[in-house]
Amino acid sequence: MEFLLVQTLNGISYGLLLFMLSSGLTLVFSLMGVLNFAHASFYMLGAYFAYQISTRIGFWPALVAAPLLVGAFGMLVERFGLRKVHPHGHVAELLFTFGLAYLIDEAVHLVWGRQAVPYRVPAELDGPLFQILGSQYPIYRGFMMLVSVAMLVSIWLALTRTRVGLVIQAALTHPQTVEALGHNVPRVFMLVFGGGAALAGLAGVIGGNAFVTDPGMAAAVGPIIFVIVVVGGMGSLAGAFVASLLIGCMQTFAVSLDWSLGGIGIAQAAPVLPYLLMVLLLIFRPKGLMGTREG
Amino acid sequence: MKRLLLWGGTALLFVAAPYLFPGGFALTMLTQMGTFIIFCLSYNMLLGQGGMLSFGHAVYSGLGAYIAVHALNLIGKGSLHLPVALLPLVGGLAGLAFGVLFGYVTTRRAGTTFALISLGIGEMVFACALMFPGFFGGEAGISTNRVVGSPFLGVSFGPPLQVYYLVAAWCILSMAAMFALTQTPLGRMANAVRDNPERAEFVGYNTQHVRFLQLALSAFFAGVSGGLSCINFEIVTAENVSAIRSGGVLLAAFIGGVSHFFGPILGGIVFIFFVVALSGYTKAWLLYLGLFFVLMVLYAPGGIASLVLMQLPVIRAGRWSELAVPFLVAALAAAVALAGLVGLVEMVYRLSEPGASTALQVLGVAFEARTAPPWFAFAAVLAVGLAALRAAARRAGARWDAIQLGLRSGQA
Repeated sequence: MEFLLVQTLNGISYGLLLFMLSSGLTLVFSLMGVLNFAHASFYMLGAYFAYQISTRIGFWPALVAAPLLVGAFGMLVERFGLRKVHPHGHVAELLFTFGLAYLIDEAVHLVWGRQAVPYRVPAELDGPLFQILGSQYPIYRGFMMLVSVAMLVSIWLALTRTRVGLVIQAALTHPQTVEALGHNVPRVFMLVFGGGAALAGLAGVIGGNAFVTDPGMAAAVGPIIFVIVVVGGMGSLAGAFVASLLIGCMQTFAVSLDWSLGGIGIAQAAPVLPYLLMVLLLIFRPKGLMGTREG
Repeated sequence: MKRLLLWGGTALLFVAAPYLFPGGFALTMLTQMGTFIIFCLSYNMLLGQGGMLSFGHAVYSGLGAYIAVHALNLIGKGSLHLPVALLPLVGGLAGLAFGVLFGYVTTRRAGTTFALISLGIGEMVFACALMFPGFFGGEAGISTNRVVGSPFLGVSFGPPLQVYYLVAAWCILSMAAMFALTQTPLGRMANAVRDNPERAEFVGYNTQHVRFLQLALSAFFAGVSGGLSCINFEIVTAENVSAIRSGGVLLAAFIGGVSHFFGPILGGIVFIFFVVALSGYTKAWLLYLGLFFVLMVLYAPGGIASLVLMQLPVIRAGRWSELAVPFLVAALAAAVALAGLVGLVEMVYRLSEPGASTALQVLGVAFEARTAPPWFAFAAVLAVGLAALRAAARRAGARWDAIQLGLRSGQA
């Protein structure tokens, strides 16, 4: 019982982190049609920036500054890179972000080395939050959930209740009309791309010290968030949310269970599960969980 | 006639290459190039000819290599009778089988979704490679010995030169086969499905079926290249099915140019040069490769092949000499910018890598990466180079446009 409870909480906190990543990816995809391959690299940059800032001035300034830095970098990428390849079509854009992911990963290797950096949970968040039936639940896990939920609620409010949010929503479906009404759609694109990057950066800031900050972290999480986008249905935020929680819980449970099937432990098979889910879903429901478009 | 000349010349080049570039190092590189060219061309059957952007092509070459390595070990034990020269065929058939299996799932969708699914399949196979150590050999991989049985007509595949000629023969065969495939109705339909799937469906073709066939055939050739790499390296590890390998073939094919049949051949040559030659000099070679790729995406999306073919009409009109000087100036400016960039990157690496010496020497001038002056110097070189490149590119572009205009008005 306590195992179930703790693991569910862990699964949800991991799932929420995944959703912070996949939501940015989904927003950018549905707005610009660009699948940002470098999204996980932005996540990694967020963690490394936060580490660098937290060694100088502390964790709390890093929590604000690192996502902003990553967001600014994302805007530069959109303005001087993506916008240039846009006329060549979506494949060129995808390839550009793919190359960018290569560059960011290698730059991180060069600047911070190949080993993990000691990016740690700040002292005031280190310790047990509460006890459930004899086992302790760390404060930092709770903090992660708090940040993710706060982030998601504020994004939702910003998208549905503010003027900018309405323009973004309108530009999703009718970019020409929005442009005709006098809004600068390319600037909206830049803003959304930067926003998505900043979200990934924030996920990196809180995920980097909860897990591990090393040059492999982008490659570890990247394929998972792409799977989430496919499983949830391309371009569907609600689908991404469900898929994130599903895969988050699935991974957490699989790693901690010690059942075995035909000589292979569930824990060993954990890395394969999300991809297996994707393959099964594609055979039986090619649109994804909540997707609307085929193709 | 012209085509015959081209193929004959290529074959001759393959035969003569070990004598044109003598030495063990060159031979290793040539062998790897031959193997990789097959892989790149098979990849281009998807991206260039079928419009399918795959992030998991190494699955087919890697699994082909695994089956081939097990087959080779069986031959070594004497329980399987097959000449080693036909081992790539085993790899190819294995690739084909996995292409049929996975292709059934991946080709249900096209476009970006196909790209994501291929990535997912690639990750799945890679995760499996570490899960089933019995077949995949875990972290260490499966090693083998290519010299089995008694030599046949003096050919034992022990000496690297014999392996090179085996690779060369398979490479020419595969190149010819893949080129022939582009001329078949299937090859043409693949182009149609790439360009306009809706119209292809209206004509009465099932686009999913065309994509499936194209992927299965491409997986066959990927498997052939996997079988050859198994003979060449005598070891197959999980790296053979990894995302790194899949990404590599994508970079190579694109750099060469996916819109022409021979583009990926150039790309394979350039890529192996980067990997084998450059990685011996600097730890940052992947960064340079990535930068090269991004610049190609930004400024030359047609790849090297398009850049070369663009010059042909100008050369034919006898006006290329007007371009030589502006191009040379731009190349010089680019070299200056590159020197500045390389200096900065290498200094960053010296500072971050524990144990690397921070004392450097360039053109007889010794300096210390921990001090500020070299940083300013290289940054200045980079800035000057970029500014010069910008100006030079603008002048070369103006010249180019003027010539194009002249050619067009000459035609009219």
